[in-house]
Formats: sequence, structure tokens, C-alpha cells
Amino acid sequence: MSTSTTSPVAAPGVDRPPRLRRRSSAEASEERAAYVFLAPWFIGMLFTVIPFGVSLYLAFTNYNLLQSPALVGLENFTRVFEDPKAETSARVTLTYTFLSVPISMVSALAVAMLLNKGVRGLKFYRSIFYLPSLIGASVAIVMLWRSIFGYGGIVNSFLGFFGIEGPGWVTDPDWALVTLVTLGVWSFGASMVIFLAGLRQIPVMFYEAASVDGAGWWRQFRSITVPLLSPVIFFNLVLGLIGSLQTFTQGFVFSGGTGGPAESTLFFNLYLYQQGFQRFDMGYASALAWVMFIVIAFFTALNFLVSKWWVFYDD
Amino acid sequence: MTDTTLTRGLRSAKDRLRGVEAYQEELSGTPRTRFLRHVVLVGVGLVMLYPLLWMLSASFKPSAKVFADSNLVPSQVELGNYAAGWSALEHPFQLYLVNSLILAVLNIVGNLLSCSMAAYAFSRLRFRGRKTLFAAMLGTMLLPAHVVLIPQYVIFAKLGWVNTYLPLTVPAFLATNAFFVFLLVQFMRALPMELQDAAKIDGCGPYRTYWKVIMPLTVPAMATVAIFTFISSWNDFFGPLLYLTDSDLFTVPLALRQFMSAEGASDWGPMFAMSVVSLLPVVAFFFIGQRYLLNGIATTGMK
Repeated sequence: MSTSTTSPVAAPGVDRPPRLRRRSSAEASEERAAYVFLAPWFIGMLFTVIPFGVSLYLAFTNYNLLQSPALVGLENFTRVFEDPKAETSARVTLTYTFLSVPISMVSALAVAMLLNKGVRGLKFYRSIFYLPSLIGASVAIVMLWRSIFGYGGIVNSFLGFFGIEGPGWVTDPDWALVTLVTLGVWSFGASMVIFLAGLRQIPVMFYEAASVDGAGWWRQFRSITVPLLSPVIFFNLVLGLIGSLQTFTQGFVFSGGTGGPAESTLFFNLYLYQQGFQRFDMGYASALAWVMFIVIAFFTALNFLVSKWWVFYDD
Repeated sequence: MTDTTLTRGLRSAKDRLRGVEAYQEELSGTPRTRFLRHVVLVGVGLVMLYPLLWMLSASFKPSAKVFADSNLVPSQVELGNYAAGWSALEHPFQLYLVNSLILAVLNIVGNLLSCSMAAYAFSRLRFRGRKTLFAAMLGTMLLPAHVVLIPQYVIFAKLGWVNTYLPLTVPAFLATNAFFVFLLVQFMRALPMELQDAAKIDGCGPYRTYWKVIMPLTVPAMATVAIFTFISSWNDFFGPLLYLTDSDLFTVPLALRQFMSAEGASDWGPMFAMSVVSLLPVVAFFFIGQRYLLNGIATTGMK
């Protein structure tokens, strides 16, 4: 940064581009201070940006942490697409995401709309609904889930009370993932709080005018709430997708690290962990990570593209 | 556009806002719909709370009766679960609690310092490349953590940091949590620029302004960051699972997991007792800081 020196020596504008005004010493020292304040962040970025490149390199190698990486070309990537377990784990993750994200978003919006009607005890309700989202991915709660849905757990006793014989939520491969979806939905509180904040920015007069014009509840919801809330819906959707595609702890704790029963809770990240940190196949795990990155980038980009059609910014 | 139309526009916007707030206070709907609304909310609230209450109750039941006794109030209170759980694992449970606490405190200090420094530079100082760097910072928020996981592990392994707390704490001192930087930037931007000009006239440089003017005013946002950091560090399972192998370094989540074997057979009473112990700090922090937490999470969805 040679231009930011405090040197008071005048350098007339002959040999520099005319737009570069000479900086005062105060400006220069402010700039220096900014870089000092940003120094930790710069180093932190190195810990992100360099690994980002390195992981792409590793994806084209065989690497077990002990020997140096050996280039193998596209082998790891072709292996991803031929590996039935990789396919299974991708299916598990996508199924989980496409079930839990929409259901929890609809629940979050519905509860936020109820709370926005001016309910006595709003703060109490809001706290109760928000709490689970803080602990939903903790080991204690996943173990709790396994117990209450498990054999003899309260869920099946409750269903039995109505004469329904509940499935083996934990042991049946068809139901284990559904059990984890219910846990994901239970943690809808964070997006509910964001929805509630968004709803509060919609002027009441819009609804008043609409009902004077004879618009019913559904019409008001479609023509006022959804368009004006669309930036918030979009935000929750993007973050919900990214978060849920990276699910790990739930699958790991629920299945004791195996992804069972019958690989039904083998989340993509769990499989990546098994390949990278149990089998030390770091090259293959990097390829898995990049496939996941591309899938997440694809969904995020798709979201942003489609958003042009339905997300409405009023400024 | 003249000044008068502008001020009129402003005034009407203000009136409208006031109208919104007044509306929030009043309860809408007939008594019957208000009642139904509460019925639905209480129902949802019970579903949200029931699993937690059930766990609390199970922690006081004898292991054999955890599933047989379906009452929330145990027919036979068994306090021994807590003592049994405390010493059920290789080390006494307080070791894991202290380990988790050490990590949480270091992460809080690291995030508060490094994220506020970056946020101060982004929101309050002029320098070249500010917009580009800020965009890069926001971009890292969308980057899935697992893409950089393996090289980071390799770097930490080469540095000899595996099986120490360094991989779990050093990143916090390097402002790697873009969400917190963003939150603090949003907050600091809202502080009036005149404060800084006044400080400058009084002879404060950028460093003193940061420490004496901006930091004290940022306390509410810092509280948000501190509480979020505590909860996420306390709950973190993946990081410790990856980097810690010696059981005397284990954190609470790693220890808890040992209660549950892959087959699912467990000593239920002690397991739930220690689950309750592991959640208590989070729930306590939640109730102390819920105002900060709820505001923090609500502002993330706004522009």
C-alpha cells in the first residue's frame, strides 16, 4: 500500500491518473487502521479460501493423510456416481430436505400468522416455540427422540390409545427418516421468529382496504401476505435448504454412527465423515464434498433465479 | 420533488408505523376466534414442550419404569439417577462440563473481539476495497462448511493440533463466523456517524473510537453474539467428534453419546438425568437472553 504513506511530499498529478486524488494523512491513517482491524479476519479468510482450493485438488487425488496425495484424475468422481452408498446417502439427504423444509416452513408461517393477530401472552408463546430450534440438533434431544419414538415409547402408546398400531419408528427403515423429519419440523421456531418480524412490517391498512373491497382470507393471504413477505420466505427457504442438506448430528446420534437401520439415515455428510475420517479416504471424501457443494450451489442458484418471478421488493 | 412533499411523505410513513404498533397491542377478532386461536397455540405449545417435560420426568424415574410409567409426575421419585449418571462414564461428569465451559468461554471471547473488529472496519472506516471485501465476507456465509472440512483437518493435523482445543477455538479469534460480523455491521451502521466525528474532534483516533465509543454502544448486539456463541459451542458435536480423541478432553455432547449404544439398549434413568444436565445451561442462557436472541434472529431476515 505505497499510496497510503503519510509522506507529506507533494506529488503533482502529472504522472498519476487524474481521478486519484492525493489522500490526506488522516484518510491514510484511517485506511491503515481498517486493515489492522481486519487483520484477524484476513487470516481467517486464508483458513477458508485456501482449503477451498485445496479440497478441489484433493478430490482428484488418492490421499490417506500418511502418504502424499497421488493424482488419479477423475477416478473419485466416477466412483461417486457408481457408488450405491453415495446414491443412497444422496437420496436420504434429499428426501429429508424436501420433507422437512416445506413442512417446517408452512408450520412456522402458520404459527407466526396466528401470533401476529395480537394474542395475549405473545412473548410467552414466542419463547416456547423458539426454544426447540436452539436445542433440536443437540445430542440430548436426538437421543430423546430415539427413546420417545422407540419401542414402548410414548408416541406408540399415544397412538395405541386410539387403537392405532404405530410402526417401528426407529427400527423400520421406512420410518426412521420420517422420525428425524418430525424432529426437524419440531425445530421450526427460528424461521417462525423471522416470519413474525416480517409480518409486522406489513401495514395493516392493506388488509383493511382489501376487506373493504370484499377480499376473503385466502385472497388477502395470496395477494398481500405472500408478496410482501416474499423476501423473508426466500431468506428462510435458502437458509433452510443449505442447513438441511448439511444435516449430520441427527443421523449420527440416531444410528450410533452407522446410518442405519439399513442405511435409511445415512445422510450425505455422515457418509462423507465415514469415508474421510473412519476410512481416511480423504481424496474420495473431498470428491463427495465437492459433489455436495455443487448440489447446494445449484439449489441456491436456482432459488435466486426463480426468485425473480415471485420475490417482491418494494424498494 | 419539493421539501414539503418529502416531509409529508415522511410524516405519513411515521403515522403508518405508529398505526401498526397500535394494532399490535389490540386483540383482533371476536371472543370466539380469539379463544380458538389460544386453543391452537396451547396445543402447539404442548407438542413443543411435552418431549422436554417427559425427559425431565424420566430423569426422576427408575430405569425400569421410564417407559412403563407414562405419567409426567413420576409415581416413584428416583434421585439416584443423577448420582449414577454423574459417575457412569470414564470420568466424572464435571470434567466434561468444565471442558465444554472452557471451549465456550474461549469462543465467546474470540468471537466478540475478532468479529467486532471486522465489523467496525466494515461499518465505520473508509478504505479501498471495502465493498468487495464485504461482499466476500457475505459470500462465505453461503459456503457450506463441509467443503473446506477436509483440508482444514489436514492443516490442523500437520500443525499437530489434533486432539487439542486449538482447532475448536482458534477460528473464533479469526472472525470466521460471517453471520456474527454481519449482525454487528448491521448494528454499528445504525449508530449515528456524528458520534465518530465528535470523537475525532476530541482527538480520538480510530482505535480509541472503537474501544471507547463504539464498543460500549454495541453491548446489546455483543450480548446477542455471546449468547449465540455459547449455545452453538455448547451444542457442537461435530467439531469435538472430529478433533478430540482423548476422553479426558471430551465435551458434554461427546460424553452424552456414550450413554447410547448402537443397539439402543441403555441405562435410561441416568442417561436422561445427564441429558437434563447438558441442556440446563442452554435453557438458562435462553431465558436470560431471550430478548437478545429473538431480536438477533429476527434481524437476520431483514435487509
